[in-house]
Amino acid sequence: MEDTIAAISTSLGVGAISIIRVSGSNAISIVNKIFRGCDLTKVASHTIHYGFIVEKEEQIDEVLVSVMLSPKTFTTEDIVEINCHGGIATTNKILELLLENGCRLAEPGEFTKRAFLNGRISLLEAESVSDLIEAKSEKQRSMALSGVSGRTTNLVRELRDKILDVIANIEVNIDYPEYEDAIEITHENLKGKVEDIQKDLELLLKNSKVGKLIKSGIDVALIGRPNVGKSSILNALLNEEKAIVTDISGTTRDVIEAKMTLNGIPINLMDTAGIRATDDVVEKIGVDKSKQIIESADLIILVLNNNEELTDEDKELLEQIKEKNHLIFINKTDLEEKLFLKQNEHIVKGNTKELNGLEELKQKIMELYHLDKIQEKDLTYLSNVRQIDLVKKSLASMNKLLEDMKENIPVDMLEIHLRETFDNLGLLIGETYEDELIDKLFKNFCLGK
Amino acid sequence: MKYEVIVVGGGHAGCEAAHMAAFLGKKTLLITMNKKNIADMPCNPSIGGTAKGVIVRDIDALGGLMGKIADESHFQMKMLNSKKGPAVQSLRCQADKTTYPKNMLKRLENTNNLTIQEGLVENLIVEENKIKGIILANNEKIECDALILTTGTYLKSNILRGAVSIEGGPHGEGRSNHLSDNLKSLGFTIQRLKTGTPPRIKADSIDFSKCSIEEGDKKYYTFSHDDKPKYKIEEQQNCYLIYTNQETHQIILDNLDKSSMYGGYVTGVGPRYCPSIEDKIVRFKDKERHQLFLEPESLYYDEWYIQGFSTSMPEEVQERMVHSLKGLERAVITKYAYAIEYDAIDPLQLKPSLETKIVENLFTAGQINGTSGYEEAAAQGLIAGINAARKLDNQEPFILKRNESYIGVLIDDLVTKGTKEPYRMLTSRAEYRLLLRHDNADLRLRGYAHELGTITNEMYQNYLNRVQKIKELNEFLNSTKLEITEEIETKFEEQNFTLPLNKTSLKELLKRPEITFEFLDSLLTIPFEEDIKEIVSIAIKYDGYIKKTEKEIEKMLKLEEKQIPKDIDYKKIKNLASEARVKLERIRPISIGQAARISGVNPADISILAIYLKKEYGKNE
Repeated sequence: MEDTIAAISTSLGVGAISIIRVSGSNAISIVNKIFRGCDLTKVASHTIHYGFIVEKEEQIDEVLVSVMLSPKTFTTEDIVEINCHGGIATTNKILELLLENGCRLAEPGEFTKRAFLNGRISLLEAESVSDLIEAKSEKQRSMALSGVSGRTTNLVRELRDKILDVIANIEVNIDYPEYEDAIEITHENLKGKVEDIQKDLELLLKNSKVGKLIKSGIDVALIGRPNVGKSSILNALLNEEKAIVTDISGTTRDVIEAKMTLNGIPINLMDTAGIRATDDVVEKIGVDKSKQIIESADLIILVLNNNEELTDEDKELLEQIKEKNHLIFINKTDLEEKLFLKQNEHIVKGNTKELNGLEELKQKIMELYHLDKIQEKDLTYLSNVRQIDLVKKSLASMNKLLEDMKENIPVDMLEIHLRETFDNLGLLIGETYEDELIDKLFKNFCLGK
Repeated sequence: MKYEVIVVGGGHAGCEAAHMAAFLGKKTLLITMNKKNIADMPCNPSIGGTAKGVIVRDIDALGGLMGKIADESHFQMKMLNSKKGPAVQSLRCQADKTTYPKNMLKRLENTNNLTIQEGLVENLIVEENKIKGIILANNEKIECDALILTTGTYLKSNILRGAVSIEGGPHGEGRSNHLSDNLKSLGFTIQRLKTGTPPRIKADSIDFSKCSIEEGDKKYYTFSHDDKPKYKIEEQQNCYLIYTNQETHQIILDNLDKSSMYGGYVTGVGPRYCPSIEDKIVRFKDKERHQLFLEPESLYYDEWYIQGFSTSMPEEVQERMVHSLKGLERAVITKYAYAIEYDAIDPLQLKPSLETKIVENLFTAGQINGTSGYEEAAAQGLIAGINAARKLDNQEPFILKRNESYIGVLIDDLVTKGTKEPYRMLTSRAEYRLLLRHDNADLRLRGYAHELGTITNEMYQNYLNRVQKIKELNEFLNSTKLEITEEIETKFEEQNFTLPLNKTSLKELLKRPEITFEFLDSLLTIPFEEDIKEIVSIAIKYDGYIKKTEKEIEKMLKLEEKQIPKDIDYKKIKNLASEARVKLERIRPISIGQAARISGVNPADISILAIYLKKEYGKNE
């Protein structure tokens, strides 16, 4: 743990500036060895200094260096951040110099790991920070930030308090059976309380789905027979030539992926190979993959050709997507209408030549996922599998409790489910306070000899 | 004179400690200020209660005396929480304050290897951090190999009523003035604790017509696994219930500044679970009334105890308070309520064996360790007695785990979390209470007791018999299949129960929540005792819950298995939070599991500790 680690903290090759972060007890002295400007070992904490990174008197880059002394830093160790010019070559060169002078290349997430192990941040915060680092959109970033600021923690904490109230009441009934001070918790009044907790958990879970949406985005697959214009739609949506668009059917053999955002939410577009029975081996691989994608995508956009009658293949595709979230884009409205399909809410008409109907398509996607309603300010979502799993477990416990209640299991046993939920939510926010129950008991109830 | 084991103090902890050390073959001396006060009950006239009743059964299972003496010394028995689930039921008896101490003294006097002597201990002889003996107030020196201190509330105790503070212990006994100072100079942290007791009144001055009756149970129970009931249900004595009223509350509020507690005359920290009536009125202003229970202290004198009315008001205010109560308008107070403050050591300075970390072969048990309650004291005394004897025989200490007994919970809490107020056992402290039931105490503990040699062969045999019968009943239930006859059909119809399939085993049937042994009675061709049916039925009906608890225990035991080396230097572990470092250094937990239970040591500290152990010692995980 004592070694000093370094890594490029900004993504490579993007932006005008790159930041290299160095953390550990030798951070300052190592950077000082390759910095010309002032003596970094003598400067005050949390100050920025102008100068040059040099290798044997040769100037590598003009930089700004931030010096932050332990313990008030992200890792609680000494940290130096070098703001240099963003080219890959320069940034890498500086990192190399640092490694030559005694730093070790940080493992992915190691800064966060140190912050967690040094007690600087909680487990949940550690998770959020890694989300923050990986954030691709502004929404993702603010969601990660809201985790860091402990909003999720507060929400879960409130829920735990609610559960603890019920547990404490049950415990008082047990420990002081002859005292009338506490209301006796019975199956009847427990039911309402548990249903209330259940509702909160369901809300957390529902929000977590939105959380996942913001974090991972929506996977949208474009499907349809060859040459109906899937790639053109993709391009029109992206405004760039990502897919190869030709008039020969079967051109798109592999799956083309592209990302766009709608109201800040990432949309992962996948253009699949045209689906049709084929003997061409290469194309067949593409077709198989397309079917897999239909299975795994969140949303399917089936593209049909306005200029052709509905084929058997089209009908089969319509059948396949019936149960899935889907939209139908009837393309090529600039050509003669030969396709007759009963209008419904899933259908959007347009053409890529005149860029018709594409805005409407985006609008439909927004409506489908209520993207317009996602506000940055209420981003108190759980965002990773571990957290969501704990909430699911908690919800399962509450369901089991209500089920067992019907079997006439005594309240003091049903309490085990409440404790389990309390513990699971505690795990979620990295807190355990056993003594709190006892404190609550004596604070809220009047008892004893 | 020289003894192998000396026990200082003849309260509930001291009695069990002395008896057990002697039973294990050690030449033992019990030294007490006054033989008459052996096993005295200076506060409530009952033994057992929620959680505490299970402790008494656990003591009995391990060979202790409390259960057996209570069985022969009470005049009312009750199973608390009998309408709730099996995990929270617990016995309580109204023990006779005359008979109980007498029976205990008789029992101790008939214990081989045990001598009882009167005396006041003022100093300890310690050489090279090892206990060597004691010095009495009269300067008599007595040598020993191991010493168990069970001094109760007698260390520098003050009795308080209003502004009046009297140096001394309960019953006008003296106090030990120097012992706690001597402990302090040896390096012990001394804390000041406080407790209290309500007034006692004359029976014939109570108007019982204004009180409601609280009767004993109509079913026979014993604490001990080896006893048959020694009382008659119809001869049990009643207790009574009365309430405080607005007038009582007004008197208290008007005189608050005269109470020792509110007047600022007390420095000790009192228990939250045992608040004085002043506390209750002040903290719960909106309550219109508080319950009070009138309980007889003994069949041999006519003093009654007012449970729920503990106070440190001056005597004249107590008079007015008592007389404001319905039924007690003319009550004659025979003993005024008082608060008592006393010195105790910080239990964080103890090992889980109850040996102190500072002085070798010195053990402490009971109120000196910061606990409250007869049962909690007795349990510690028993464990200290066992471990003192084992220490002298160079054997590993006997340490009960949290999933094995309330005694394990009690001691683990004390030595891991410490306590700032007198500690009382509560069911809510036991996370695995579903397994720590009153009905299975012998199944949990008699195997250990047999290995330790703390029970007689006869007691072990009683346990084996029960195990055998449980096995037989289980086999019977498994192998007996229900033949659906017309008679059976009507039986189910009468109760509106769904008729099971033909040839369903009785065990399967019992899994249904509505089916009880009572319902199946006519089908049980072999008779089984109630207690056997109870334990088997719990295992069948709550199987899912028991398994859930066992899973939790597995998780806990895994952490318990991760031992922390005794020579660990916490200073060497970088990045531990400073509070965690201080606590870990002080408590020196024996396992990661114990470390995780220390308050102020958070999960991040535990992961750092675990990583360090893995790196340094390479064998953990």
